[in-house]
Amino acid sequence: MYLSQSGPALISFACALKTSRIKFCLLVCAAVYAAPTVALGQVKPPKSKQDSIARADSIARADSIALVKQLEKELGASGADTSSAASSQGPRATGSYMNIGFVTLTDAGWSTAHDIGAIERGDHDPKVNGFTMPNAEISLDGNVDPYFKGFSNIVLKIDSAGDTGIELEEAYGLTTSLPANLQIKFGQFFTEFGRQNPQHPHAWSFLDAPLVLVRMFGPDGLRSQGVRFSYLLPTSFYTEALVTVANATGGTTSSFRSPDSPEIHGGIIDNRQVEHASDLLIAPRINTSFDLTETQTIVLGVSAAFGPNNSGPSAKTQIYGADLYWKWKAAAAEAGFPFLSLQTEALWRHYDAAQRIAEANPAVILPSEVLKDDGAYAQVLWGIKPRIVAGLRGDFARGNQSAFVSELRRDQSRWSPNFTWYPTEFSKIRVQYNYDNRKAIGTDHSLWFQLEFLIGAHAAHKF
Amino acid sequence: MKLMNLSRTAAFALIGITGAATQATAQLRVVATTPDLASVAREVGGDRVNVVALAKPTEDPHFVDAKPSFIVTLNRADVLIEGGAELELGWLPPLLENARNGRIAAGAPGRVVASEGIRLLEIPTSFDRSKGDIHSLGNPHFMVDPVSAKIVARNIANHFAQVDPKNAATYTSNLARFNARIDTKLAEWQKELAPYRGAKIVTYHRDFIYLAQRFGFTIVDELEPKPGIAPSPSHLAQVIGEMRRENAKVILVQPFQNRKTAETVARQTGASVLDTPQQPGAVSSSTTYFDMVDNIVRALATGLGAQK
Repeated sequence: MYLSQSGPALISFACALKTSRIKFCLLVCAAVYAAPTVALGQVKPPKSKQDSIARADSIARADSIALVKQLEKELGASGADTSSAASSQGPRATGSYMNIGFVTLTDAGWSTAHDIGAIERGDHDPKVNGFTMPNAEISLDGNVDPYFKGFSNIVLKIDSAGDTGIELEEAYGLTTSLPANLQIKFGQFFTEFGRQNPQHPHAWSFLDAPLVLVRMFGPDGLRSQGVRFSYLLPTSFYTEALVTVANATGGTTSSFRSPDSPEIHGGIIDNRQVEHASDLLIAPRINTSFDLTETQTIVLGVSAAFGPNNSGPSAKTQIYGADLYWKWKAAAAEAGFPFLSLQTEALWRHYDAAQRIAEANPAVILPSEVLKDDGAYAQVLWGIKPRIVAGLRGDFARGNQSAFVSELRRDQSRWSPNFTWYPTEFSKIRVQYNYDNRKAIGTDHSLWFQLEFLIGAHAAHKF
Repeated sequence: MKLMNLSRTAAFALIGITGAATQATAQLRVVATTPDLASVAREVGGDRVNVVALAKPTEDPHFVDAKPSFIVTLNRADVLIEGGAELELGWLPPLLENARNGRIAAGAPGRVVASEGIRLLEIPTSFDRSKGDIHSLGNPHFMVDPVSAKIVARNIANHFAQVDPKNAATYTSNLARFNARIDTKLAEWQKELAPYRGAKIVTYHRDFIYLAQRFGFTIVDELEPKPGIAPSPSHLAQVIGEMRRENAKVILVQPFQNRKTAETVARQTGASVLDTPQQPGAVSSSTTYFDMVDNIVRALATGLGAQK
C-alpha cells in the first residue's frame, strides 16, 4: 500500500490553525514535497554525497525531512547540485545521444467525390485518386542534459500537385526534474486538447482525421509556439491538469488568428500584433483515468481553448471538448491482443465574428454574428487476434446558419469501417471505406489503402 | 518554542495518521516492471518493503499498456526495478516521462537495473530488424535462470540499502537467506532435471535460452520464425521436420503465447506442450519466484519423463 499523498494538504491545514508558525509549516510542506525530488541526481554524485543523498530519500519521514532541510541549507535550495537531475528515459541502445526515427505513410485509393480535398480536408488525409504521400516524418529525441528532454518532428509531405512541403511539426523541450509534480513543455507543439489532436498521424487508428477535429483545428491540427504547464494531482487515481499558453496566430491555429480564417468568417482579416495577454491562446485541460477492473481502463478528459480570432479587433473564439477512452485487454494477451476499445470526442465552438468587410466583395458588410459549430466522433477498435484490428468510426460536424456561407462549416457526416494488419509494430497495412454525406451535395464512397513503415527508433505509444 | 514543538508534533502526527491509514510502518514503496522481479524484491525486502508489479503475470511483458494508473504508482515509488535489457522499452519510457519522480530516475539510488552484472546472451553484432525484434542489449529473458536471480537480488539489496540505510542489515540478511535458498533449490532442481540433460526442446519464443544453458537442454528451434514474428505455416513445417529429425518431444509455451499453434505442431510430432509460465502468479500454484521455477522444473521433468 502506498503512503497517502494527502499528507502535505493535511499539514497545511494543521498549520493554518497556527498562523504564527506559517513559515515553519511552509518549510515542512516544502520539504515533504521536495523530498522526492531534491537531492537525488541521475548524474551520479560522488560516493560520499551519494550516501547522504540516499539517506535523504524518503518522503514523509521526520529524519529525512530534517536532513533535506539541512542539505537545502548547506547547498542552497535552488543549487544545481540539489535538483533531481532526472532523465526518465530508460536505457536506449542506439549508442547515440539522440534517437532518430523515420516513418512514412503512403495512401492509395479512389473516391466518387470530384472534390476529394473537400471531404478529406486534413493535411495527412489522401488527396487525390491514385496515390498520396501525406506524411513522411523524421522524429528526433534525446536527453538534453539532466534537466530537459528534447523532441522534434519534421514532416515532409507531397501535395496533390506533387510538390514536397516541409513543416516543423513539433520541436519542444520538456522538463524532467521540476519539484511538486510539475512539468513544463516549451517550443512548438501540438496543443494538448482532447485525445487525437496531440497524436501524430502514424498513431491514428483511422486513415484520415475526424471531421470535427479538422473543422475546429484546421487541416494540420491545433499547434503553435508556446509553453505548457502540467501538474500531476496528488490523488489516488491519475489526474493531470494542464494549461497551454501559445501564440494564437498562424496557419495551425485555424479557429483563432489564422491567415486562412476568411474561409470561416468571410471577412477581411483584422491584422494586428499581440498587445494583451488575451491575444494569446489559452488551452486548459483536465485528464483523469481509472482502472475499472484488472483488464479495463477508462480515461476521461475535458478541454477548452480560448483566444482571439481575426474577424475584428476584439473578436474571440471559445472551443470546448470532452473525450473518453475505454479499453479492455485480455489478461493473457499475446502481443497486446485481443482487445476492444472505444474512443470518442465531442467538441463545441463558439466563434464570435465581428462586423466585417466581406473579403469577396468590399462593398458588402457582413454583420456581427456568432458562428456555432459542433461535432463528434466515436470509434470502436477490435483487436481480433495478434496484429489484426477491425475498426468502425462514426463522425459528424455541423454549423449554424450565418451571413457568410462557409464551405468549411457545411453539415457533414461519415461512416468509416476499416481493417488494419500490423506485420510488426514497425509496419502496417490498412484498408478503409468511407461513406461521406454532405448537406446539399449528397453522398460519396471512397476506398483507401494505407501503408506505413517505420525505421530507426520507435517512441513508445502513450495509453 | 513549546508552541513550535506542538505544531511540529501535530504536523508529524498528521503525517503519521495519513500514513497509518495505508501502512503500518514506513515501508519502501517498490515498483517492479514484472512479477518475477517483484517476487525477488519481496524476498530481499521482507516486511520493510511494499512491492507492486506493473505487468500482469499472464500478459506478454513486451506489450504492456502504459496505463495512466501506472504513472501514479511510479510517481510515488521510492524504488523502481526494471529488467534493464529493453524488455519494457515499448511501454516504460512514456510512463517515466510523466511520472516526474527523481527518486527513480536513471542513475538514482532508487532505480534498479536488474540485469546489471548478468552476462546477457545473444547480444547482436548489428542492428537489423529484418532479423525480428532483437533486443540490442541482449536476450532479456534471464530471470528464468536461478543464478541470474541471485545477481538480481544482490542488485536489489544494494539499492534498498542505499535508499533505506537504516534497514541495510535486514536487506543483507534477507539477501543471504535468499541466496542460500536458491543454492539449496538449485541443487534440487538440477538433480530433478539431471536425467534429461542434453534433451532437445522447442520453445515458442526465444525466452528459455538461459534455462537451457543452466540445465543443459538443447533448443532445437522456436515456433516463431524470428523473435516477435508470428509463426507461419512454412516455418512450422520446418520446425516439425527438425523435431522429427532431432527427436524433440516437448514444446514450452507461456500463458500469453498461442497454445493452439504449439498443439498443432505437437500433434504432428508426437510431442507434448508444456505450460511453463515465467511469471509468478500466472497460475494459482505459483505465487513466488521459487514456485515459478518449481513449476517449470516439474513440467519439464514430467514432460520429458513421459517421453522416455
